[in-house]
Amino acid sequence: MFSLEGITGTVQNWLLNTFNPQVALLIECAIVILLAISLFAVLGLVLVLMERKVAAHIQIRLGPNRVGPGGMFQTVADTVKLIMKEGLTPDLADKFLFNLAPFVVMIVAMLLLAPIAFAKNFQIWDINIGVLYVSAVSSLSVIGILMAGWASNNKYSLLGAMRSGAQIVSYELSAGLAILSIVVLTGSLQISDIIASQQDGWWLFKGHIPVIIAFVIFLIAVTAETNRAPFDLAEAESELTAGFHTEYSGMKFALFFLAEYINIFIVCAIGATLFLGGWMPLHIGNWEGFNHVMDYIPSSVWFFGKTFFLIFLIMWFRWTFPRLRVDQLLNLEWKYLLPISLFNLLLVTLIAILGWHF
Amino acid sequence: MFLKEYIKDVVGGVTSLLKGMRKTGYYFFHPKEIITEQYPDNRATLKLAERFRGEVVMAHDANNEHACTGCTACELACPNGTIKIITKFDMTPEGKKKKAIDTFIYHLELCTMCNLCVEACPTGAISMAQNFEHSVYDRNKLTKKLNKPGSKVREGVE
Repeated sequence: MFSLEGITGTVQNWLLNTFNPQVALLIECAIVILLAISLFAVLGLVLVLMERKVAAHIQIRLGPNRVGPGGMFQTVADTVKLIMKEGLTPDLADKFLFNLAPFVVMIVAMLLLAPIAFAKNFQIWDINIGVLYVSAVSSLSVIGILMAGWASNNKYSLLGAMRSGAQIVSYELSAGLAILSIVVLTGSLQISDIIASQQDGWWLFKGHIPVIIAFVIFLIAVTAETNRAPFDLAEAESELTAGFHTEYSGMKFALFFLAEYINIFIVCAIGATLFLGGWMPLHIGNWEGFNHVMDYIPSSVWFFGKTFFLIFLIMWFRWTFPRLRVDQLLNLEWKYLLPISLFNLLLVTLIAILGWHF
Repeated sequence: MFLKEYIKDVVGGVTSLLKGMRKTGYYFFHPKEIITEQYPDNRATLKLAERFRGEVVMAHDANNEHACTGCTACELACPNGTIKIITKFDMTPEGKKKKAIDTFIYHLELCTMCNLCVEACPTGAISMAQNFEHSVYDRNKLTKKLNKPGSKVREGVE
């Protein structure tokens, strides 16, 4: 049976037998960096194409269909175009911050990759505060966005960045509370513990209605946090041209674009881990036969299947709902999502204490 | 009661959002609904929408007769001076003078395809064609004479 665990085990054994432990560790680090970067590149290509195809089909169009079979190489062609383009820096921009911003956004996205479990025992860093780490680091990306908006010396960019700041700071709260409801049920912040607790069923099914509400709130909040429609006020093409990345071009723009899609992947991976069991196959209680059949599907397939399902949901949101106004955006968070998720957390705590979950 | 209103608000909002998602989801899972035309490849089998408006044409029958009386209602209806009608006076067999059309000038380059002229026409002489490949290398070719040379108004059209 195909498993990523086996491959990593073989590689590690071979490295340890061939080199001394320090060198082996260095080589492993290099391999991880290489894998992370290639994952980013592949995800960027796949997700952009997926977005365009999903958008097209929802709008009764065909989408890209000229470059390669079914338009498969469209994003590759786009990337080549972006690499060839000049990365322009405006005259009156703060050059240092302007050039730093895309890298800050990208580095934050890269840091978030660390605690995600891609398959059984296939994780870069199984840190014991994994969930806290994710919610802490993900709010750093707003610094990159503010930096880009401020340094561009452009009113649209600044407006977009300020909106993005207000938005991320508000929605961080309800995302955190939704994550907290799973932490309450699991009793651990470690990603591997959370996944192990879903051995006999995913939290979405085990936790009754409060967890479903938490899941919906989580989806709404992360959509807002990744600055995607219907919460894309930071970009708002029709009002602010492109918001915080108006002045960026070439590869620097591509980095922002890539970071957006990587962030979507990461928040969806976190959502899949917390609510849908990460790499854990679909297990139903004590149905041994059924569980055994499900175990035959590799854990990486489960993980990526769930993650891409959530990504599809978020894309579905984007191409269905119209953009909110700023006041509506803040109303939604402070008057609806936050009180509901606070009350919901109380319910989840009650369930956890009384042991009502399956 | 406040709480009742609040819950009603939330439920109403969620159901209306789900309704929208159901519509778009239906389109996503039913690729047959796609209306995109592979235009340059399917010139022969191109299907245009029924109300697509390409340019103003004047229909002529087999006897080279049209239904335009030269009343200039279309010229007056046109919001941007696309149509210019030059009239003349024909002699009827009874020796009376009768107003008739000499030239119907149509500036395609000015036309916004608003259809107001077609609606204004009392005799149904002009209509909108579905032809849309209008590009030419010389601007003058866009100024068209809609009545064919030697054509005259059909008997009985007033």
